[in-house]
Amino acid sequence: MAVKEKKTTRKTASPAVKGRGAISIRNVTKIYDPEGVNVMAVDNCSLEIAAGEVCMIVGPSGCGKTTLLNVIAGFHPLTFGEIYLDDDLLCGPDKTLADQGADRMVVFQNGALFPWKSLIENVAYGPTVQGILSKSDARDKARDMLSEAGLLDVADKFPGEVSSGMARRAEIVRALINDPKVLLLDEPYRAMDALTKSIMHEALLEMYDRTKVTIFFITHDLEEAIFLGDRVVVMTTRPAKTKKIVDVKIPRPRDYKLLSSEQFRLLVEEAKDAVHEEAIKAFEAGERELA
Amino acid sequence: MIAFTLATGLGVPLGLFMGWSRKFKDYAFPILETLRPIPILAWVPLAIIMFSGFETPILFLATLASFFVTSLNAMLGVESIDESYFRAAGCLGSKKHHVFWHVVVPGAMPFIFTGLQISIGVAWFSLVAAEMISGDYGLGYMIMDSYMVNKYVSMVMAMISLGFVGWGTSAMVRWGGNRMMQWRVKALALEGR
Repeated sequence: MAVKEKKTTRKTASPAVKGRGAISIRNVTKIYDPEGVNVMAVDNCSLEIAAGEVCMIVGPSGCGKTTLLNVIAGFHPLTFGEIYLDDDLLCGPDKTLADQGADRMVVFQNGALFPWKSLIENVAYGPTVQGILSKSDARDKARDMLSEAGLLDVADKFPGEVSSGMARRAEIVRALINDPKVLLLDEPYRAMDALTKSIMHEALLEMYDRTKVTIFFITHDLEEAIFLGDRVVVMTTRPAKTKKIVDVKIPRPRDYKLLSSEQFRLLVEEAKDAVHEEAIKAFEAGERELA
Repeated sequence: MIAFTLATGLGVPLGLFMGWSRKFKDYAFPILETLRPIPILAWVPLAIIMFSGFETPILFLATLASFFVTSLNAMLGVESIDESYFRAAGCLGSKKHHVFWHVVVPGAMPFIFTGLQISIGVAWFSLVAAEMISGDYGLGYMIMDSYMVNKYVSMVMAMISLGFVGWGTSAMVRWGGNRMMQWRVKALALEGR
């Protein structure tokens, strides 16, 4: 599925698979203006993400991928372009800042579980404040979901008391309990050691297989991207544009044995040159993490 | 004690609002910061004029002193909360009042309690100072009185008693803080503190 640059100004339904959680990013540009120096973080980026797809975004640090996520989530306004979620306009020329909402849940890089609430309270928070479930119903549902994720024993503990792997899994549960259309993950496993990471991957895949939520996952790690994703989008260094898209046609459910397969190796090779090229450019430009 | 309660009751909400709402802060903060450095003792004459009776001016002074400390700490507490928590709360569908009660208040708690420990000391300090100047009783008075009649032993005794009382009340505040912030205690414990 090749993605062509679209210069269209259609306001009709996106060409991506209609359903739940299809994202259509059209000619999106984001320009920051810190201290009057215009910094273009995203440059005319277009991308179609099908409903239920796991879309991995790979690129060097500071290239603007987090910015794109922030725009989709409603943390930053875009400057030009439009983003559609299914058939609804999220943000565009008339409405540059998308509303934050439970249909697009974010899992943050350094973890944002509320430290003053126990895991189960964190998870139950979403449905409770949205008024979808009563407090006790929310707690029951939270307990069930935590138990599915293997966290029943630590459900009543605080985030500061459990390991980072458990905390991160709980954060994903906290997102999923709201039945979002899209899960936005911003390098969630960046700060973890390789062993914990591989467990996290399997946990995520397992949760994905159950819920089939659209996933927008930012990472540096190409192997992680290929292992988890349906498509890997390689972004250029700042300002971000799509450079190369690699389809990962490996059937699900996947497990870690995939990592040593020939198919996997070939996919890594396909994407590696592109990634490496951009990494060098970024390094030479002395990129720092933006946003 | 009353002064402390009053100061906390006033100072904490004020500080929280200043931390939370940019606009509110732009109005309130300059006023606060100009008033804050005025030494408490400088307020004494004004207090005596404004409030009749004997106890009330002292109450006012002690409250004032505590209030400044508490509100500043509360404000800093809110500002210390990581942006991610606000974003997470927004994603999860919180309305503004949810954010206030579930993010702003608990997040600022550690700072607030540090402030409270300081402010209770400040309240004591103002109380004693006021007693020394214009009192008829109390430990502050005792210190001055003993000094006047050269009974140094009782003077020092009064000082030590003040120290104990101060320590006691600070400890109570700390204890209260730890009760309310179980999450922090446990997290710190895991780090080996």
